[in-house]
Amino acid sequence: MRKVQCVIIGGGSAGLAAAVELKKNGIDDLLILEKGPEPGGILNQCIHNGFGLHEFKEELSGPAYAERFADQAKELGIPIECNTTVTAFYPDKTIEVSNSSGYEIIQAEAVVLAMGCQERTAGQIQIPGMRPQGVYTAGTAQRYVNIDGYSIGKRVFILGSGDIGLIMARRMTLEGAKVLGIAELMPYSNGLQRNIVQCLKDYGIPLYLSHTVTNIEGFPRLNKVTITEVDANRRPIPGTEKVFEVDTLLLSVGLVPDNTLTVEAGIQLDPRTRGVEVNEYCESPMPGVFAAGNVLHVHDLVDYVTAEGRKAGRGAAKYLKGELKERGGFPTKAGNGVGYVLPQRVDYPKEDPTVEFSFRVRTPYKNAKIVVRDGDTVLKEIKKPALLPAEMEKVILPNNVLANIRNELTIEVKEAE
Amino acid sequence: MKYNITIIGAGIIGSSIAYCLSKYDCSILVVDKENDIANEVSMANSAIVHAGHDPEDGTLKALLNVEGNRMYPQLCEDIGARIRHVGAYTVMTSPEQQATMDALIKRAEERNIPYEVLTAEEARKEEPNLADDVIKVLSLPSTAIIIPWEVALKQMQVAVLNGTEVKLNCEVKAIRKNENGYVLETSQGEIETEYVINCAGLYADRIANMIAPLDIHTNPRRGEYFVLSHDAKDFVHHIVYPIPTDKGKGILAVPTVDENILLGPNAEETGSCEAINTTSSGLGYIRQELARSVKNVPFHHTIRTFAGLRPSISTKDFYIKKAEGEENFLNLLGIDSPGIASAPAIARYVDDLLKLPYEVKASYETKNPYRFNFQDLTPEEKDAYIKEHPAYGNIVCRCEQISEGEIIQSIHEVLGAHSIKSVKKRVRPGMGKCQGGFCQPLVLEILARELKVRPEDVLYDQIGSNVVLDWKGGNGNA
Ligand SMILES: Cc1cc2nc3c(=O)[nH]c(=O)nc-3n(C[C@H](O)[C@H](O)[C@H](O)COP(=O)(O)OP(=O)(O)OC[C@H]3O[C@@H](n4cnc5c(N)ncnc54)[C@H](O)[C@@H]3O)c2cc1C
Ligand SMILES: Cc1cc2nc3c(=O)[nH]c(=O)nc-3n(C[C@H](O)[C@H](O)[C@H](O)COP(=O)(O)OP(=O)(O)OC[C@H]3O[C@@H](n4cnc5c(N)ncnc54)[C@H](O)[C@@H]3O)c2cc1C
Repeated sequence: MRKVQCVIIGGGSAGLAAAVELKKNGIDDLLILEKGPEPGGILNQCIHNGFGLHEFKEELSGPAYAERFADQAKELGIPIECNTTVTAFYPDKTIEVSNSSGYEIIQAEAVVLAMGCQERTAGQIQIPGMRPQGVYTAGTAQRYVNIDGYSIGKRVFILGSGDIGLIMARRMTLEGAKVLGIAELMPYSNGLQRNIVQCLKDYGIPLYLSHTVTNIEGFPRLNKVTITEVDANRRPIPGTEKVFEVDTLLLSVGLVPDNTLTVEAGIQLDPRTRGVEVNEYCESPMPGVFAAGNVLHVHDLVDYVTAEGRKAGRGAAKYLKGELKERGGFPTKAGNGVGYVLPQRVDYPKEDPTVEFSFRVRTPYKNAKIVVRDGDTVLKEIKKPALLPAEMEKVILPNNVLANIRNELTIEVKEAE
Repeated sequence: MKYNITIIGAGIIGSSIAYCLSKYDCSILVVDKENDIANEVSMANSAIVHAGHDPEDGTLKALLNVEGNRMYPQLCEDIGARIRHVGAYTVMTSPEQQATMDALIKRAEERNIPYEVLTAEEARKEEPNLADDVIKVLSLPSTAIIIPWEVALKQMQVAVLNGTEVKLNCEVKAIRKNENGYVLETSQGEIETEYVINCAGLYADRIANMIAPLDIHTNPRRGEYFVLSHDAKDFVHHIVYPIPTDKGKGILAVPTVDENILLGPNAEETGSCEAINTTSSGLGYIRQELARSVKNVPFHHTIRTFAGLRPSISTKDFYIKKAEGEENFLNLLGIDSPGIASAPAIARYVDDLLKLPYEVKASYETKNPYRFNFQDLTPEEKDAYIKEHPAYGNIVCRCEQISEGEIIQSIHEVLGAHSIKSVKKRVRPGMGKCQGGFCQPLVLEILARELKVRPEDVLYDQIGSNVVLDWKGGNGNA
């Protein structure tokens, strides 16, 4: 059995950043395992610009952004095994690995989970109707079009205003297809504002807010979708149907962390993020197992994924050097208006000068106030002109504040007076 | 083209009959309008080999279900299909159901079906998610689950190795008689045959009417389902049925062979043989009714919904009879549940009924030779196998962990996979959580390469279900 100090499962942005950070922190015995033919993960199919504004202060394409980190890993001599899939992961940190040269078991001391996410599918959102050909998730469509070079449809409708859907609306238009519109169940978009402007408005593609697809027709190929307006409880309002004759329906209805391996190893997931619960070093309840990127919670900006990967890498290095021992801190809590807070626990409140907390609001806010509390004691208040569920928010607290927290750290959102 | 026997329909019934009759020294043809074996009713159902206690006394269903259940273990052994004897729990939730419960027990007793009556407490130890008001449970350990299309395919493969011919995408449109027997007018030309066995499922009444008017009509009844991911595999370990009512078996929770959970089916008359669409009302009804027998239902692990149509007839029993005035034309109508459970016994019954004039061949196969299942190997065995066959190390489907080697294997077997869906039916890529999101482009590529066709000609399923339209020669930098 091969022994490796730290195995990183997944060579996307999160895995690459974690590996580089581990190396920089003095851990040399590393291995990145990547299923795809090259590192980079989902970025390889995101050929549009818009990556790296925080990280490099410039706008790169997805592959270009990925390449910078892959190059860095290469320069540092970090081994990456591509076309290699982890098929099982056990609580004793043994890992089963399959590739065309064999099937192997690797014993690791620490593991970084960086498997990314999956798209929610038509089945998951239970669109009633037939199941014809011509219905694709937006990411799969993106792969067919951008990587494989196929055209997949001529008249397109899109359900869900997630970023991939918005980007595919533009992409399909540039490819010569007619995009008839996007329906979004919520009264607001789930995509980044800049994508709505650059991908829809600039091309005159209508966005139907508070609408959903209520019927799919045609067999074997899709020929019609019906969309219907929904009320405040997201129930379709009869009589508001609109019919579109299309041959293609793209779904951009959300991403879900890909935690199949994690669950099989017996690590429970947080039902809100559908990723593992972690502390401020991205360490799961199973000591020595870390998680970062879309496998932990779904991100909209790759720059944040990179930052989180580094955090996990640093944490794993500390763990391997025996610096993470006595846990003893406090839990965090998503208060009023907040969907989830990460990390779910702070275990070493005195270790670092600051800890960063990420969260998402449940619904859009204008003139809002973010309140951070320890029980009833308010620790911090931040005014914000606008908050959107599509955009991850961050709060940073210094260790002198963290060291004194007695109850749990709650983050909530209020309308500002 | 001339054949001794033509079987119309390659569902589980047609396949079981072909498997049984392929021992005779005669020419057999199976035709199906679909692009794969078992693509209609046998593709969308609960997949249960019922114990046989449910059908009423004196019915063909009772006779053949009990016999079929007993035949299944040997059949699966012979053809290399998977079967799991998970057992069933029929749960009683109110004292008024006692009479029905007693009747079920009496039938089980009389039909020699193993059973046990459990207290709610005993049952809960095995199934903690039984509803709170469960008071008593009838446990039926001989109830099993299979994969209906696997059982169909593996039987049909043996039939083919014994000389049976199979024509897919071949729809029977009309039938006339001639001096030697019958002429089938199909979408692939005329077929002459001495015998016809009509097991066309939903369309069996139409086929029957092509030769002699018959006053029995199939009345399609839709059943819808939720499929839950492996994350929900511990929700129930037995099949959980409510006490049946005059409306049917009720809404079930069924563990599948591949460790998913099925929830359903409802029963709704559709009047159409094409209405395999799901409906929000149907799925809503399942959610509501399921609460009668189980609690904590993990609907959030739903990966798919689907619907199937039962080919029901008004007598509610199987109808297996020769056409009026025709010695050599056999109709099988009303093969709804327990059609799967009864399939091998139906085949034997058909064999007995027809009294075919052919000799049994000196040698013929009953065992399916395609037995290699890479997934059954230990890690060490996998390693050794991959060293000889590298494609088995290349994982294509992340969710179900299916390798390129297994996909290639399924393509090159007899009655091999040739569409995305037929690969999925044989080796499961796309059946998992991402529903093919990651692997479908890869499966498409493998199919195109192995079948030597253009990617844009690869079908999802039926003719016309092409996955991609054309290739523009782009790449990551397009
Ligand atoms: C389609 C899409 C469009 C986006 N657009 C933008 C944008 O415009 N701007 C922006 O800033 N951000 C964007 N993002 C967000 C950001 O780019 C991603 O969140 C980020 O790249 C995710 O990185 P990751 O490493 O967590 O996951 P991934 O990039 O998905 O990497 C996970 C890797 O793990 C591998 N893997 C998974 N399971 C296994 C296994 N069992 N064994 C081996 N390897 C495995 C996968 O093959 C994959 O390479 C987009 C995200 C998506 C999904
Ligand atoms: C919701 C539901 C749940 C069920 N659950 C169970 C269960 O748990 N246990 C159980 O035992 N049974 C169950 N059943 C019943 C079982 O599925 C059926 O009895 C069985 O699948 C019928 O098989 P078949 O071969 O007769 O039909 P099919 O599989 O439909 O095969 C008939 C074939 O004939 C072909 N055909 C039709 N017309 C023509 C034509 N004109 N020319 C050429 N070919 C034609 C069709 O394409 C089809 O492939 C269930 C059924 C449903 C719908």
